[in-house]
Amino acid sequence: MDTYADLIECEDVLLFANAAITSTGQREFHSAAGEQRLSLDFLHRYIQGNYPDLYAATLALDINDHNAALIIANLLGQRGGAGDGRLIAWRLGRMSPPRVYRLFQGLRRDGVNNRRTRALIRDWLAGRPDLAFDAVKYRSAVKSAVRHAHLRPAGELGDFLFAPFSRPRYDTPVLEAWRRAHYDKKALYELPYTVAEGFAARHGINRATFLERIAPRLTRLERLRLTESAAGDGVDTQADLAAMPLVRLASYVLSLAADVRERRREELVGALRASAARAAGARAGTWGSVAAVLDDSFSSFGSPVKRRRPLAVALACHYLLEALAGSYRGLWLSRVGDPLRVRPTGPTPLGRRVIDALERRPGLLVIVSDGWDNAPPGLAAEVLRVWRRKLDPEGEVGIVHVNPVFDAGQIEVRRLSTLVPTAGIRDAEDLPALVELARFAEGRTGLGELRAYLAERAAGR
Amino acid sequence: MIDLTGLETRPAQTWGALRLVPLVRREPIVDLRLHAKVYGDELSVVSLPDRTSYTAYVPHAFVATWSDDDTPAAAYGTQLDRPLRSMPVRTRRKMARRVDRKRLRFLPLHLAVEGFLALHFGGPEIAWEEWSREAISHGLSPRVEDAYIGAEVRGLDDALKVFEIYPGQCGLLLYAADSLACAFVVPHPEDYRTLHPTLVRDMYGELIYDYALFHPAADFPAVIDDSQVSSPADLRAQAERHEREWAEFHDSVMAGRLLRAPARVEEVYRMGRYTLSRFLPGFERKVENHIGETITDEEGRLAYLKTFRLSEAQIRRGHLLSTLAEHGWSMRDTAASLRISEASLGMRLRQAGFGHLLRQDVLDGYRKQVNERTRRTRRDGAASPPA
Repeated sequence: MDTYADLIECEDVLLFANAAITSTGQREFHSAAGEQRLSLDFLHRYIQGNYPDLYAATLALDINDHNAALIIANLLGQRGGAGDGRLIAWRLGRMSPPRVYRLFQGLRRDGVNNRRTRALIRDWLAGRPDLAFDAVKYRSAVKSAVRHAHLRPAGELGDFLFAPFSRPRYDTPVLEAWRRAHYDKKALYELPYTVAEGFAARHGINRATFLERIAPRLTRLERLRLTESAAGDGVDTQADLAAMPLVRLASYVLSLAADVRERRREELVGALRASAARAAGARAGTWGSVAAVLDDSFSSFGSPVKRRRPLAVALACHYLLEALAGSYRGLWLSRVGDPLRVRPTGPTPLGRRVIDALERRPGLLVIVSDGWDNAPPGLAAEVLRVWRRKLDPEGEVGIVHVNPVFDAGQIEVRRLSTLVPTAGIRDAEDLPALVELARFAEGRTGLGELRAYLAERAAGR
Repeated sequence: MIDLTGLETRPAQTWGALRLVPLVRREPIVDLRLHAKVYGDELSVVSLPDRTSYTAYVPHAFVATWSDDDTPAAAYGTQLDRPLRSMPVRTRRKMARRVDRKRLRFLPLHLAVEGFLALHFGGPEIAWEEWSREAISHGLSPRVEDAYIGAEVRGLDDALKVFEIYPGQCGLLLYAADSLACAFVVPHPEDYRTLHPTLVRDMYGELIYDYALFHPAADFPAVIDDSQVSSPADLRAQAERHEREWAEFHDSVMAGRLLRAPARVEEVYRMGRYTLSRFLPGFERKVENHIGETITDEEGRLAYLKTFRLSEAQIRRGHLLSTLAEHGWSMRDTAASLRISEASLGMRLRQAGFGHLLRQDVLDGYRKQVNERTRRTRRDGAASPPA
């Protein structure tokens, strides 16, 4: 039997998990960056102060890198050393290197320099596959981290970081390429793209020529990001669309104009399906009949810094659910039939579309929306209430609301109804795990199970 | 009466103190469109039909180059076809260069308000001897009224930014703390899309500014009676009923005053099947009063509407002026109808800011009379305190 305090704790932790999955401290459609950061900061302090052990354990969930970095910074700065060192190290390993370096710089700025922090930085740097490459690509960040952790890099690397022109030449190829790139145009093509770009500007190399020759050195994401601008210079970066993560690919598709999407339809749909099939993995086709209500209202535009992010999540969920489900029906709010033609426009008549979806009694209904139900306001909540209370009291139809947007004003992801679990979502790949997590929010499972779930996730890392 | 036939009310969206009620046309009006000049450089993005097949209109205070010489001019009042009445706008070279080519340009706010009011208030038609020479030769113009630009109304910029425009939307009613601030209707959704952001450059009365500051508005959440529901079809019916009820409530209660508002309508211009008119309210005190411009078709259906809500002080002034106009600008008759003395009417005019309209010697006479009377009514006949 759960006590009242247990229920509150369970709710708080879920609230925090949802916020940590969705919010990136950036501007959203309805709130500015400052509001988001303020709201998120409050949540972090609240959870850390009240449930320190659970706060550390949330690192095991699929929270986003921004929040993971915040949690790690808070844990390291905390007196008495909370948190599991191995879990932190594991999470650092999953973050992109620039973000980890930014975290280290933040720790340095805040004056967090205890033994644990230094050990963590040392181990992480030791675990890098090619530190010399990092030193070239993230020069000042590596320097700052090395300095902060009181390390003495072996051999050439120390010289490269702190006295780069003290040696006539380097034995490590990438360091030598960096040295030669200062005067030799050919050498810069052996450097990573971001570094080479600076040298190219310095040597006055024409953009088309530069892109043509640097193309083999581009990373997977750089290829995708540069596709359109490079095409303007007549260079094909050969981005492998199908290998991209689902939401990123959806974002790319949505960035294309309507006529381009139409022209490249087969290629784009093929890539989206392939990516979705990869994400679904062994679960493909096992979910039975699924319906989805997908939000493509104007607010799914997100903000200029997160362009069409909520819409991209909805599009990604569409393809993922299509892959997971035996029979699938996707309902867009604007009533477009063709998912490749969605654009963020119009109001949010969620209630009506939920009725449309429930009418055929699917096994599972997934609602992907930022929760600003406004045409008319509150209809979705009423529909879901009446459905759960009157038309389907046994809960034959599972209903889950996933929300890609953190609402700074309410300090949680906006809910549609108390009877339907709401989970924050960042990457469509997490959808199966979220549907799992949503059980806790429904109130059928208690704190004991939640703690066990978190421990299990943490142990699995 | 303003006839909203063809326009359907859709659920409102709220933000802070503001409630925005969209009006949607099932069938947009295609033979009355915003003048191509308003679209400016972005002409390519809208599909304007052939120039001969539609009548054009230009909103009040819109600035563009209308004549052959390169000087920009502002439309003076909403106009059909091409602005016949326009005010040249002189800009210093520096300012002109800064103007963004893609942005719609409207007159600065204070000019727009003055022009608007001057259009609505003429002046004395009979040269009673009390009126000053200036009032007779120039009418009440220039009337200066205070108004706030939309950007100053708290939350309006955000409300317009996060507002989700409906497909086919041709109009918007804007409420601050559930009191109607302005109504805006255009013939075609593309016109609406173009003009939607300009609402933040629009003018609003003091009342709206205050209400937006202090009185948050709440959503009207949908409520479904579950005893009526036994199948998904019932659920749908209930949802539809809710939407219908909202529209009825809005049209009859929330916007009722506006729709019944026009007490005097002046037809300004007729072109093809469209009539441009301006309307004045009844200047009934302590209720909503709107002035505005409409374009209607031959059956009186609304194609274009733009209103400005008067503040309490403006209503009082309007009430005075309209009573004067009703009585042929005769001080004696007006005073009689208001059941006050001529002198107090003169004082009231002065307090309302119309002192300059009366001849100085007449005004002085009134003042003396009023002062005499107060002195007489004072105990021990003390002199009135210094003003």
